[in-house]
Amino acid sequence: MTDTKVNNMSKESFRRQKSREEMQKQLISFGLMIVLTLVAFAVVAMDTFHKGFVIPFLFLMAIVQAGFQFYYFMHLKERGTGMAALLIYGGVWAAFLTLAGLIVISWW
Amino acid sequence: MATTAAAKRSFWEFIWDYLTTVDHKKIAHLYLAGGGFFFILGGIEALIIRIQLIKPENDFISAGFYNEMITMHGTTMIFLAAMPIIVGLMNAIMPLQIGARDVAFPFLNALSFWLFFFGGLLLNLSFLFGGAPDAGWTSYASLSMDSSGHGIDYYIAGLQIAGAGTLMTGINFIATIVTMRAPGMTYMRMPLFTWTTFVTSVLILFAFPPLTINLFLLMFDRMFGTAFFNVALGGNQVIYQHLFWIFGHPEVYILILPMFGVFSEIFATFSRKRLFGYTAMVFATMLIAFLGFMVWAHHMFTVGLGPVANAIFAVGTMAIAVPTGIKIFNWLLTMWGGQVTINSAMLWALGFIPTFTIGGMTGVMLGSNVADYQYHDSYFVVGHFHYVIVGGSVFGIFAALHYWWPKMFGRVLNETLGKLTFWPFFIGVHLTFFVQHLLGLMGMPRRYWVFLEDQSLDLGNLISTIGAFLMGVGAIIFVINIIVSAFGEKAAADPWDGRTLEWAVSSPAPYYNFAQLPLVRGLDPLWIEKMEGNGKIPAAEPLGDVHMPNGSIIPFLMSIGFFISGFGFIYQTDNVYWYLALYGGLAFSIALMIIRSVKDDYGYYIPKEELEKALEGEAK
Ligand code: HEM
Ligand SMILES: [Cu+2]
Repeated sequence: MTDTKVNNMSKESFRRQKSREEMQKQLISFGLMIVLTLVAFAVVAMDTFHKGFVIPFLFLMAIVQAGFQFYYFMHLKERGTGMAALLIYGGVWAAFLTLAGLIVISWW
Repeated sequence: MATTAAAKRSFWEFIWDYLTTVDHKKIAHLYLAGGGFFFILGGIEALIIRIQLIKPENDFISAGFYNEMITMHGTTMIFLAAMPIIVGLMNAIMPLQIGARDVAFPFLNALSFWLFFFGGLLLNLSFLFGGAPDAGWTSYASLSMDSSGHGIDYYIAGLQIAGAGTLMTGINFIATIVTMRAPGMTYMRMPLFTWTTFVTSVLILFAFPPLTINLFLLMFDRMFGTAFFNVALGGNQVIYQHLFWIFGHPEVYILILPMFGVFSEIFATFSRKRLFGYTAMVFATMLIAFLGFMVWAHHMFTVGLGPVANAIFAVGTMAIAVPTGIKIFNWLLTMWGGQVTINSAMLWALGFIPTFTIGGMTGVMLGSNVADYQYHDSYFVVGHFHYVIVGGSVFGIFAALHYWWPKMFGRVLNETLGKLTFWPFFIGVHLTFFVQHLLGLMGMPRRYWVFLEDQSLDLGNLISTIGAFLMGVGAIIFVINIIVSAFGEKAAADPWDGRTLEWAVSSPAPYYNFAQLPLVRGLDPLWIEKMEGNGKIPAAEPLGDVHMPNGSIIPFLMSIGFFISGFGFIYQTDNVYWYLALYGGLAFSIALMIIRSVKDDYGYYIPKEELEKALEGEAK
């Protein structure tokens, strides 16, 4: 009886610590995302960089941000999310094909 | 006990029950009834087309009405007949096959149905209010931007509403299969019909958004003065074609993949053998779905995309023939050396193989971009897609209905009438559509109101029309069969000596599906228990109270709201008062959404005692 109680307590405190760490990570990634957004803005606003650098750089930023979004805010990094990840990448693939098709064949 | 209660229920209680149901089995009934109704409507439209083309320079219907007929025939058959019937079959069977008590979101499931129903109704009401859409089921911007009247607006609003329902179904089925499989039901133990339901749902999830966007762009252009497709203002009509076929090609796989699943179940059951090459079948399905997203431009070879793009899409298209061929061989090898029983369900499956193979072959011919310059927009194409759609989807629907009728409605369909359905229909299909290939090669264009005398097109068209009527005969016999067997004997739980979980519960399944969730020990779980156990599926949990969702009228009302706002969208260009309908309908639906979100509904429990009683009754 007491044993299980102690056990439950430690489980509870373990869970709390876990979620505290989790919260920290969320906040850090949230901060990072704001910084990245500012960087992206700055690169465009400063007007000193060449277009050939700015555009790929913006794409890179976008991909990083999407990664943060999926893995931290939508919890894709947790275990047991393999199927969800597969579907998301499937959707990304379908969207990519659509855009590539339109850009390459229609507008180029 | 349940039957006497049902007999005592009044008519209005029966209607109310179906209006508010969230039970996947009853929603399946609704889908089959709704899809069946639209199938008859689309069939009548097809017959009108064929009567018009029975002889040269016929004037049975006017040119304008002919355009409405071909448009509504195609749109109805694809969006309102074939897809809903297929979704109905999935609803009825997939949860049973994975050992679940319902789909993941029963409320959404009901909403999906009612959106489909009211979307279809809206589209067809165009006939009464000033004329149906007339730009073909593809509704290319070049035609639809120029179409006067409100026909095209009905097309946009109707498909937008029905399409939202379909998209939700896709998400619902994915969630169901990922999260609600019974203990032991690993992915690689799922029956092929469940697998194809899963892959089809993924296709729906990815293919419907391009359609939605395309319809929105068309709507903005027609109703709100934008210029996406207005060339004079710098728009581009080819974008419409791309977006349409990025949806459209996956769509044809949405129509055929579930049927591949059906045939796999039927061949295995009636050959009394495990499906040959199960793993290959699963991966072939995924491969077809994957490649299906990369070939859309084979519908646009003559648009002028250039030789490089055309060549790439031609090669991709032909690649799809490989996984499809794998499937055909696996079905043949399933029958090879099996104890084959040929009944109605099996007849449709057997008829499917040569018919679909011919359709696949003409498909490869069309996939050759060079040759397609000859075939495109000719009757050859009409012949091709009917061989695959009728020979694949419609044969599959008939096969599935004969096979699962006992499980869905508690009656076995009459065998003699079943065969009498098949033969006229089968012969009719080949009469109607085979000659159409030849007509196309002789130069008869598609979607033309009349053809001229003495161009050697007379005989072929006559034969084609006769075949269409034969199909009609088959369809009527099927309806007779439904009525006759409704008065027949009650079906046994497992009339076909089945292999999968749906045959382990009574026919029709009890409303909670499984009193105890089943424990699955391998592929074809029921067959394993028949061979190695006592023929009964072991339970994975002790008998206890079962949690069930409450029914709700909200999905029905919510869909009415969208239906009304659909009219508002269509007519607000004529008169500002229609904004009342537009915003009023939307506000009504949104209010219902808020009610649904705020009001908690915890469902109810079936007490353990009731389940015990039911189990005892079954044992007797
Ligand atoms: C009774 C059986 C059927 C007959 C006799 C029939 C006949 C026809 C005819 C004559 C056309 C018009 C050809 C033209 O001039 O362009 C047509 C078009 C079409 N049919 Fe069928 N059909 C049948 C069943 C089906 C089914 C079951 C489906 C789909 C599930 C279907 C899908 C289509 C489509 C998509 C078109 C093209 C419409 C367009 O070009 O806009 N048909 N059919
Ligand atoms: Cu295609």
